[in-house]
Amino acid sequence: MIAATGMAEPAYFPAAAVHTAKHKRRIKLNAPRHSILVRVTHWITTLSFLGLLVSGVAILLAHPRLYWGETGTAGTPALIDLPLPFLLGGQSGWGRYLHFLSAWVLVLTGFAYMVSGLATGHFYRNLLPSRTGPSEDAFRTYRAPQKLAYLAVVFLLFPLMIWTGLAMSPAVTSVFPELVTVFGGQQSARTIHFLITNILVLFVAVHIVMVAVSGFIRRMRAMIRGNA
Amino acid sequence: MSKIVSRRGLISGLAAAAGASGLALAARLASRYGLIPPDSGGIYGIGETLTYASQRLLMSHHSLAREFDRRHISKVCPVNGPPPEDEIYQRHLAGGFAEWRLRVDGLVARPSTFSLAALKRFPPRTQITLQVCEEGWSFIAEWTGVPLSYVLNLVGVRPQAKYVVFFPFDSFWDSLDMEEAWHPQTLLAYGMNGQDLAAGHGAPVRLKVPRQLGYKNVKYLASITVTDTLKHIGKGLGSSAPEVGYAWYAGI
Repeated sequence: MIAATGMAEPAYFPAAAVHTAKHKRRIKLNAPRHSILVRVTHWITTLSFLGLLVSGVAILLAHPRLYWGETGTAGTPALIDLPLPFLLGGQSGWGRYLHFLSAWVLVLTGFAYMVSGLATGHFYRNLLPSRTGPSEDAFRTYRAPQKLAYLAVVFLLFPLMIWTGLAMSPAVTSVFPELVTVFGGQQSARTIHFLITNILVLFVAVHIVMVAVSGFIRRMRAMIRGNA
Repeated sequence: MSKIVSRRGLISGLAAAAGASGLALAARLASRYGLIPPDSGGIYGIGETLTYASQRLLMSHHSLAREFDRRHISKVCPVNGPPPEDEIYQRHLAGGFAEWRLRVDGLVARPSTFSLAALKRFPPRTQITLQVCEEGWSFIAEWTGVPLSYVLNLVGVRPQAKYVVFFPFDSFWDSLDMEEAWHPQTLLAYGMNGQDLAAGHGAPVRLKVPRQLGYKNVKYLASITVTDTLKHIGKGLGSSAPEVGYAWYAGI
């Protein structure tokens, strides 16, 4: 019974998918482009990233000036003075509620993705650039710059976003002051949080363009149903 | 195929049941140990509860907010909004707060009132801390006052107390849980940067809670009430902040 399940649904056991040479070819043909875990976490992350972005802008608009160091306020020099209006209509209230709810969803989803990605070898197999060069099957694999971009987003940019986010919390830094002192202060952490947001938005924009030009329907189907 | 589906259905059903009972148990434990904020309702309440509960567990050993040197004190310390127009407040302000009294009542053994001079006679604490507004701006200042814990000990807090509520002369009342109320850096501050608290900064006495954001630091204090429930105060959400769309807990 277990074997039957495994054969019918190799997608649910990505780690067990490469058992014998005999199975290998068949599984490679039937195996979904993306595992169920990658697909589910991809779309939850998409939603929570959108929530974080919209609410982040709502919060930023309460004070669209960025500083370096520990403190900063109107009347002190800004590092970046965004050409945006100061909106004090209370949108940072729902902005903050939505931001932290989305942050929890993203952090918990990201944790599940990380643990499963390490356990199943997803990062090692699919995202680590190989020395043998790109495979001939362009739909199923990524080129090195793509892989590096994904790795940077997963292992560098998102962890830095969480880190700088926590560094802005007076409660969290009362327990771990180093979280904020390494950046030189609370305002520096806020500024880095903003700058990485820009890089992540750029990443998403390029990501969507690449999906669009490389066969939008097929790519979307692969990320929703698994197979193209 | 149907067998596989039903098998999967069974497993999902069991997992869902386990998850639901796990959540129910977690909710009961969280409530028992005071890990659920008063504004925990609605979809946003899930995020608020996760934040409040995890930060309370993280800070369960009275972690201290960062303190700074004198040279870090900001040259610009903005005033956010004018002092209350309330007639009684204006009279106290004109009279140098000589007639002002801070009332402390509720679940205490000895309800009391304190004059400004009396508060200044108690052992003071001075701390240089960061105040961050949820809008994004911030400043560092030196605050002098009497630890709230000292006053709470004087009036004798009853064991069933769960919150301390702060009523100012304006409408921005707020409350702290007992963990924050007993915290050594939680001050009834009457001095700022070596001088008496200016009217705009909350004279005669304001609350200082450096492990939370600026809006939690209630200005223009009039009275303090110790209670075991926040349900009957305002809209029952713990402070005026959730009534206008901001979180009760402001540790982040």
